[in-house]
Amino acid sequence: MSQAVAEERELTMSRAMVEAIASEMREDEEVFVMGEDIADYGGIFGSTQGLREEFGYDRIMDVPIAETSFIGAGVGAAQAGMRPIVELMFADFFGVAMDQIYNNMAKNTYMSGGSFSVPMVLMTAVGGTYNDAAQHSQTLYGTFAHLPGMKVVVPSNAYDAKGLMHNAIRDDDPVVYMFHKRLMGLGWMPSPEGPKVGVPEEPYTIPFGEAEVKREGADATVVTLGLHVHRALDAAEELAGDGIEAEVIDLRTLTPLDTDTILESVGKTGRLVVVDEDYRSFGVTSEIMAVAAEDALADLEAVKRVAMPDVPIPYSRPLEQEVNPDAEDIATAVRDVQ
Amino acid sequence: MPSTAVLQDMYEDMVTARYYEERLQEEYLEGKEPAFDISAGPIPGELHLAAGHEASGAGVCQHLRAEDTVTAPHRPHHIAIAKGVDLKKMTAEIFGKQTGLGKGKGGHMHLFDPEVNFACSGIIAQGCPPAVGAAMANKKRNTDNVAVAFLGEGAIDQGAFLESLNLASVQNLPVIFVVEDNDWAISMPKDRVTDVEDGSQRAAGHNLPGIRVDHDDAIDVYEAAEEAIGRARDGNGPTVVEVQVHRRMGHFMGDAEGYRPDEDVERHKARDSIERLAAVLETHGLTQDDLDEIRARSERRVEEAIDWAKEQPLPEPEEAYENVFTNDPSGVTESPPAASPPGGDE
Repeated sequence: MSQAVAEERELTMSRAMVEAIASEMREDEEVFVMGEDIADYGGIFGSTQGLREEFGYDRIMDVPIAETSFIGAGVGAAQAGMRPIVELMFADFFGVAMDQIYNNMAKNTYMSGGSFSVPMVLMTAVGGTYNDAAQHSQTLYGTFAHLPGMKVVVPSNAYDAKGLMHNAIRDDDPVVYMFHKRLMGLGWMPSPEGPKVGVPEEPYTIPFGEAEVKREGADATVVTLGLHVHRALDAAEELAGDGIEAEVIDLRTLTPLDTDTILESVGKTGRLVVVDEDYRSFGVTSEIMAVAAEDALADLEAVKRVAMPDVPIPYSRPLEQEVNPDAEDIATAVRDVQ
Repeated sequence: MPSTAVLQDMYEDMVTARYYEERLQEEYLEGKEPAFDISAGPIPGELHLAAGHEASGAGVCQHLRAEDTVTAPHRPHHIAIAKGVDLKKMTAEIFGKQTGLGKGKGGHMHLFDPEVNFACSGIIAQGCPPAVGAAMANKKRNTDNVAVAFLGEGAIDQGAFLESLNLASVQNLPVIFVVEDNDWAISMPKDRVTDVEDGSQRAAGHNLPGIRVDHDDAIDVYEAAEEAIGRARDGNGPTVVEVQVHRRMGHFMGDAEGYRPDEDVERHKARDSIERLAAVLETHGLTQDDLDEIRARSERRVEEAIDWAKEQPLPEPEEAYENVFTNDPSGVTESPPAASPPGGDE
């Protein structure tokens, strides 16, 4: 487990991301960052904090509020051989620029028969829990993972955030790097216990397509990602008090998906609970269940998914709390499959 | 020069908006001090205040009727107040209450009041195309109603705005785009991201008239809006109006503005359109007592709205599942017609 290699130095997830970006920028002049409020502000969620001071405005570029233009420009610069990191401030804003994302960024490698590469990182803030309503709270994991041609990664802690960012920048394909606001360690949006962990100072990569078993258990497999890794671990702790041992898997990347780790665990427990913060229908939870049903049907005794119901995310506190799965919802689902 | 009654009306809208936001700020910070946690307190989430923008909402909306449509951006309160949005229900929505405009589902960035055809939204330039659509409906129905899209100067680079200008222009629609220029797109100064200093120049490339109001005196806004809205009502098409406003606060509550020079903050606070309008009203014969009475009346109205909102119930959790669709989504909404028998001859 990643904590096993942890050193004494602990970083927030935002600091870990920044450290990886800075390190790659020092090594490779072709790496630069574009986005809204990333220079003097340092990114609304701290993803570029301090980078402008070291690298200047030419490599840490504030851009107009015009996502089609600057995300499309990222594609063009990447095709020209540079390694742009482009920030979409909230994943919810993808609607403004989806044509550039899924018709250019994701498809040009394929349509060119491999003669073009798009070595670009599209990093974007996801998630709710702070009453920001329907246009600023979505995760949209399934939307991005559904469309072919993009690698999709979702760190749940600082160690993974750094390693996945190094890998994302070095990768020759477009990578959508989705960071959960609640995990970033922002002063104004307190993180739960968990995402701030020991992070080695030297660069390292976390390969895509490797999930991590965060907690072992024989009674149920809980597959999740992002913020809900921490909620699932809380649920597992509570369940252990009742003698139910849940195994918690952090997917870390959606594309490519580590099906082996999921199937191995399901083979052991026979009970699968899939949890995420995205809409329930046609999403990540459905996909994980389909994988298990196709390849491990004989092992499955019970399945359950825990996700956002199919409603836009409401503003008011009791309404958002109702729809966003919490540790109690996860624990209930695990009990249900026993 | 507008009549004294119009000046008084604008003044009342402006002092109401300023006081409303001062009070919202206090309510918002409750439970968020000393450590600021965006999700704590009676008003959670983001709160974008518009102190320094009041003249724009008041001067433009003075010419509007309930039937005219307004779309506003994420900084909507001063526009909503000037348009006549129900203050109690709007406040209840901001407090996330069951009786709010959106039953607690929308919050302060998503206020919808069909009684006065007002809506606002959270993504930059998002309201421009719907304003064009409202204008299209007005034209098709042969009314002389107009639509006004408010946006910030940071939004004039966005495709949704530029495409709306073209569509509105080519169809000669009764729509007005009001750009509130406060010099800052969150932390990005205008000259770093936008190629023109005067946003009304965007109109020229779309064969439209553009008007720039260089300072946010309500009377100048009123007169520019009178020209633009009159043109639209007369069937002579769209106009872009840019108003220089002032950003007296951060982009959102909790924004420490570390990127912004102190002198800039001071410069923005130095010019207060409310004080300037008060001075004009005095030349129209209003006494200090008259102005104080307007102010007291506005403050009472705000306090009543806040008191009412705070007394309202929160929504029940299961209400989260309501209103996804207008019709019950549980099945087909209408039975299909019976198929005719094959080969049937009537």
